[in-house]
Amino acid sequence: MTDRNIPVTEDELHAYVDNELPAERRGDVEAWLASHPDDAARVQSWRAMAEALHARYDSVVDEAVPKRLEIERLVQQPRRWVYGAIAATLAAFVVGGSVGWLVRGATAGPSAFQNLTVHAIEAHRLYVVEVRHPVEVPGNERSHLQQWLTKRCGWVVRAPELAGLKLVGGRLLPGSAGPASFMMYESASGERFTIYTAKSEAGATQMRYSAQGNESALFWADRGVAYVVSGVGDRGRLTQIAQAVYDQMEKKGG
Amino acid sequence: MIPALRRYARALARDADIADDLVQDTLVRALRSERLFLGGDVRSWLYTILTNLNKNRRRSLARRPQFMPLLDNNADASGTEAEGRDIARALATLVEEQRSVLLLVMLEGLSYREVADIQGVPIGTVMSRLARARAHVKASLEGERTALRRVK
Repeated sequence: MTDRNIPVTEDELHAYVDNELPAERRGDVEAWLASHPDDAARVQSWRAMAEALHARYDSVVDEAVPKRLEIERLVQQPRRWVYGAIAATLAAFVVGGSVGWLVRGATAGPSAFQNLTVHAIEAHRLYVVEVRHPVEVPGNERSHLQQWLTKRCGWVVRAPELAGLKLVGGRLLPGSAGPASFMMYESASGERFTIYTAKSEAGATQMRYSAQGNESALFWADRGVAYVVSGVGDRGRLTQIAQAVYDQMEKKGG
Repeated sequence: MIPALRRYARALARDADIADDLVQDTLVRALRSERLFLGGDVRSWLYTILTNLNKNRRRSLARRPQFMPLLDNNADASGTEAEGRDIARALATLVEEQRSVLLLVMLEGLSYREVADIQGVPIGTVMSRLARARAHVKASLEGERTALRRVK
């Protein structure tokens, strides 16, 4: 419990809007806003500003990338030896930035892939609040967890190493079309993120973003396996985690 | 990643061709200096290069007489509404560092920490730049609306 008498500062209002506020202070700020209409109006105006920015500039993301910016073209220039991780990142993360706003449209038509994402977010919600039994196999049995999930799912399930996050463990879940793997990570401050994988009909897709209430998820498919990374708040953080997961899956080949 | 860089560049430079020049220079530089990249987040690094290139561009521009239109006259595919023009115009009135912070946080969704690294300043500076940018844009948008109302 934090002290509700501590007044909310201007910095905290910004941090609140930008999802940079520590989770335990969010409630205080919300209570403050309920009783301070001027601040609430300011917060609202900043949100409207973000909407306006996205409304104005997100169309750029949908434009075809001009020929002169294609990586193939750029790396054909003399120094071919530089071709490597950077080019891979540029190519792989095609959608990286459109995260958030653009993909609202994508949730309109429910597809198998969308359903799968909904399952993943539901599982996230269900188990993340669990204190005593969040997982079946604890994180200190990493290799056993990986072997077991790989065997039961039928594709390679790896628990990636994620900077700043500890593996809580994992469990097997029933998915809409067969088994699904579910792994949970935790930060030092107790934020939990989950990685869900299931068989996907789409062989490979771009990375997409979806938000439902407080939870948001980044999802994509690669080599017939769908990945959904879920967490609360901060889109940037979720993107970093998803990127790390993607990169580690990429590296191991498969 | 490239579409996101283009969006940031477009909002930062306000001219579609200049924006794509910036992205191209950023990509070329990133690909050539891969060996100088000491690890960390590639995405942040690309935004850093683009931000710095734009700063250099403006610096060299400042030495020449101004030919650039100050307002955004490019008719973009969408966002044709008056609101889109308003926000572009409001952005144009910000000083460079503030515009960059505002766009990186609000449009590109980067964290304060990442923006601090990109601009090479402490987080506190990022926060005060962001606060000033938001206040300025808000005032600018409201001022414009009041002005319009008065004309009517």
